[in-house]
Amino acid sequence: MGGFFHRHRGATPYLLLAPGILWLAIFFLIPLGFLGYQSLQSGFFPDFQFTWEFSNFSNGIRDYREQLVRSFVYAGIATIACLVLAYPLVYWIAFRAGPWRNLFLLFIVAPFFVTYLVRTLAWLNILADQGPVVGLLRDLHVLDSDGRLLATTFAVISGITYNFFPFMALPLYVSLEQIDPRLLEAAKDLYASPTKAFLRVTLPLSAPGIVAGTLLTFIPATGDFINAALLGTPNQAMIGNVIQAKFLESLDYPGAASLSFVLMGLILVALLVYAKIVGSERLTG
Amino acid sequence: MNPRMTRDELLRRGAGGVVFLSLPSLLAACGGGDDGGESSDELKDVLNFSNWELYIDTASTRKAAGLTGPTTLEQFTQESGIKVNYYEDINGNPEYFATVQGRLRQGQGIGRDIIVVTDNDRYLGDYITNEWALKLDKSLIPNISNLIDAQATPPFDPNREYTLPWFSGMDGIAWNEDVTGPVTSVKQLLEDPDLKGKVGVWGQMGDTLGLIMLSNGDDPAKVTDESFDRALETLKTAVDSGQIRKFYGNDYAQPLSKGDLAASMAWSGDIVNLQNPKLKWVVPDDGGIIWTDNMLIPLGGSVSTASTYMNFVYEPEIAAELALGANYISSVKGVKEVAEKLNPNAVENTLVFPTEEMLAQMHQNDPAMLSNPDYIKRWLQVKGT
Repeated sequence: MGGFFHRHRGATPYLLLAPGILWLAIFFLIPLGFLGYQSLQSGFFPDFQFTWEFSNFSNGIRDYREQLVRSFVYAGIATIACLVLAYPLVYWIAFRAGPWRNLFLLFIVAPFFVTYLVRTLAWLNILADQGPVVGLLRDLHVLDSDGRLLATTFAVISGITYNFFPFMALPLYVSLEQIDPRLLEAAKDLYASPTKAFLRVTLPLSAPGIVAGTLLTFIPATGDFINAALLGTPNQAMIGNVIQAKFLESLDYPGAASLSFVLMGLILVALLVYAKIVGSERLTG
Repeated sequence: MNPRMTRDELLRRGAGGVVFLSLPSLLAACGGGDDGGESSDELKDVLNFSNWELYIDTASTRKAAGLTGPTTLEQFTQESGIKVNYYEDINGNPEYFATVQGRLRQGQGIGRDIIVVTDNDRYLGDYITNEWALKLDKSLIPNISNLIDAQATPPFDPNREYTLPWFSGMDGIAWNEDVTGPVTSVKQLLEDPDLKGKVGVWGQMGDTLGLIMLSNGDDPAKVTDESFDRALETLKTAVDSGQIRKFYGNDYAQPLSKGDLAASMAWSGDIVNLQNPKLKWVVPDDGGIIWTDNMLIPLGGSVSTASTYMNFVYEPEIAAELALGANYISSVKGVKEVAEKLNPNAVENTLVFPTEEMLAQMHQNDPAMLSNPDYIKRWLQVKGT
């Protein structure tokens, strides 16, 4: 074997890559090809015909613009909320928690030990009209006596924020934890105020974590449908709910496939704009 | 759709659905050929039976119903020598359909001899019209004569060539006594300002629009463009005004019990199983919808083996034990008389043994409405999708 690698040294990287490429080919590229093929079909279940039906795409965008826009808005708000909530928390863990760091990290990851659905179902109880949160808010007159949290936009965005929080927190932690504290001491020695030291040293050095965290949160949140399905109403339906209904209820497979591609394309565009703004080298860390 | 068990069918739809949009056909293409699409007329020694959860008598439900002796599945094996592999793997008609349609489309079997499909959604019709169901061998089912007349000629299978009822249930209205007084009509449910934001309806077109059509004075068994438009408009008005809180699967039961919902469209079987004294259920003033879960033999199934089992469960003695053990409505003649001997108290539950008067108020969905792509699209738009 050693002799083989010696004689074909140039092939080694390809051999090492082969399992990963094979995996991607079988479980990503081939299904994606099927999906693309299906997105250009027409007709009714089960007699779909391949007819280069590009109107599936334009019809999808026309009919479901509202849900598409809503998905990006909800995902955007949830991503910002995750960042605002996660940054101080993770900063504290990285710089102040000392020996307790791992324990606090465990608390952040702990919800992942429970399945996504069960976590979201738990919110049905937490936010229920007769539940503790609504009761408290009514007593404080934040909500009027008929007000509710469940089945509102607030509930859906909160659910997304909660469910994707660790995707933001963990990359942030990794980038903050790597910062050499001596750099902050040096900033202090050079008469930087704590605010200035944060803005000039900590924040730029944690930028790769912010970028990774926002991408890991925003991309799956855009296609999410569980939170809207469980915590929302028809007025909170996201594009994931539309695709799901097309696939399961109306058996409109070409419509579902083309909308999936539209979503993928829009996310890619958003990604390119984001890369342009933050600089592409930060996207790759 | 069906009332039992699932906390929320939407969840499961998702799990099976979107991500693997194209996977069923891929898997089907890779599948082995050992259960091909041809029907086999040989009697086998194993029956593979897919059903919904909590939908058959078990040792514990038999005990609760005051029944003694082995379960009906065990009795079947004793009598026929056929072992039953009983799978409780149907959680929703759309999910199950999505799972098996890839193989059926290729003319392959799905490793089952009997599956159970509800008639208030489009899928039952899809199995039959696509020739994915095999004809029953009626020579092996003499007990088919025990099928009640009301079930003898359903529109999706007028001569009962492919299907036989397993159980039925009723669509009606339930309310929580702690929150509101009686809610007995769909009109009240959708318009009473006291209920605003505390009303649930189903996410299934047949059930929800069926009840609304009855309330509008239209016939849900014979839907026209006009009656469909009227029903959808009634629903849309109630959605837009905020009267309706949400579209529910089986998950309306919990918020209704807790009081988040004052009243909701509700399935009779759910209310029996919840055993919450505060929840009341009625057939709406303008009539209710009756749905039926039907046994059918999918491609690749053993017709003789499946037919032998169907004959067994159409014995009134067996059917009575099934109804008492599962708390759903049987379609077998004489079942109430037998059940009365087994447990006189249980037959007083009109949600399991409905009165003639209740049954006279029941209507069925129009299968043509359930599979109309334009109707489905417009219905989904009112649901926000």
